[in-house]
Amino acid sequence: MTKPAPRETQPGSLSRGGVILYSVAALFCLFGLADATYLTVLALTGETAACSGQAGCFEVLGSAYSRVAGIPVAAFGVAGYFCAFTCATFSVFNYARARKFFALTAGVLFAVTLWLLYVQAFLLHAFCRYCLFSAAITFLLMGLVVASPAPRTSEK
Amino acid sequence: MRRYLPHVIVVFVALATFGSGFALYRAKLAALPAAPKSGPASGTHVRGKAGALVTVEEFGDFQCPPCAGMAVVLEKAEEEYGARLLVIFHHFPLAMHAHAREASLAAEAAGMQGRFWEMHDVLYREQAIWSKAPDVPSLLQSYAGTTGVDLERFKKDLANPEIASRVDADQKLGASRGVTSTPTLFVNNVALPAAEINPAGLHKAIENALKEKPKP
Repeated sequence: MTKPAPRETQPGSLSRGGVILYSVAALFCLFGLADATYLTVLALTGETAACSGQAGCFEVLGSAYSRVAGIPVAAFGVAGYFCAFTCATFSVFNYARARKFFALTAGVLFAVTLWLLYVQAFLLHAFCRYCLFSAAITFLLMGLVVASPAPRTSEK
Repeated sequence: MRRYLPHVIVVFVALATFGSGFALYRAKLAALPAAPKSGPASGTHVRGKAGALVTVEEFGDFQCPPCAGMAVVLEKAEEEYGARLLVIFHHFPLAMHAHAREASLAAEAAGMQGRFWEMHDVLYREQAIWSKAPDVPSLLQSYAGTTGVDLERFKKDLANPEIASRVDADQKLGASRGVTSTPTLFVNNVALPAAEINPAGLHKAIENALKEKPKP
C-alpha cells in the first residue's frame, strides 16, 4: 500500500501528547477570550458594577493605561486570544504552521502581559482581578508553548 | 469532513464571541440608568422627564452613608414611578466629611462631559471604598475614567472655578431652604421631615403628592 502524500499544511504529525496539549491551550484561550470580551464590554459601556467592592479594579480599568488610541486594551486582548485560539485549534488538526503562529502569538501576549503587570504593580499600585486572571491564562499558554513537543517528522 | 472541522470550530467561536459580546453590551446598556438629564448649561442635575407629576429634590453629600442608602431608594422610586417622577440632585457636602467636597467637584467635572449621573451613581455605590482610601483624588479620577469621560479634560475641569461655584451655589441654595443635614428631601417643594426620610416615608410622600396632582 502506498502511503498518502502528506498535505502541505500538515507536514509534521503531532503526538497524542501534543494533541492534548494544544487542546488544553485552546481551552485556556477560550477562558482568556471570555475574560477579555467581558472587559471590553465594560470599557465600552462604562459599566462598573462588576468592580463593586474592589478599589483596584477601578484604578486599573479607569486608568489612562486602559486604552490605547481610544481603544480599550481588552479589545486587543480579544484579538490576541482569538488568534491564539485559532492557532491552537489548527495545531490540534496537525497544521504545522499554526504551531509556529501559536508560539508567536503566545509570546506577544506574554510580553504584553508583563508590561501590564508592571503597570499595575509599579505605576498604578493596584491590581484588577480580571487582568490577573488574564495574566494567569497567558502564563499558562506560555508554559504550554515551552512544554510543547517537537513534531515527529521533519517539516518540509 | 475532518479537514473542515478546525475552520468550523474557529468560525463558531468567532460568532459566539461576537454574539455574546454584543448581547452583553446591549444588556449592559439597557441596565444603565436613563440618560441624563441636564447639562453644564443649567448646572442643575435632573433625572426624569420634564412635566413629571412629582419632583423629588435631594440635597446630598457623597460621603454621607445615609445618602448612599437614599440613592438606592430613589433609584427604585424612579423605576416604580417612571415618567411620573423627576429627581433633582443638589450638592450639600458637609464639613465633617473630609472628601465630600472633592467628590462633589469630581461629579461636577464629569457633568461637564454629560456624565454627572454616572459619576453620582458610582460615587455612592463605591462610597465605602473611596471615602477611606489613602489617595482619594486618583481613585476619583479612576471612577471618572470608568464613566467614559475624557480624563485629560476631566482633570482640567476639576481646576475650573465654575465647578466650585456650582457646588457653592447648591450649598447656598440648601442653606436658604433650611437644609442642615443630609440627605434632605423636598417632595414638590415640601421638605420631608427627618423622621420620614426612609423608603416608606418617601413612598408615602410621593403617593400623597400624586393624589394631590391627579393625571390630566
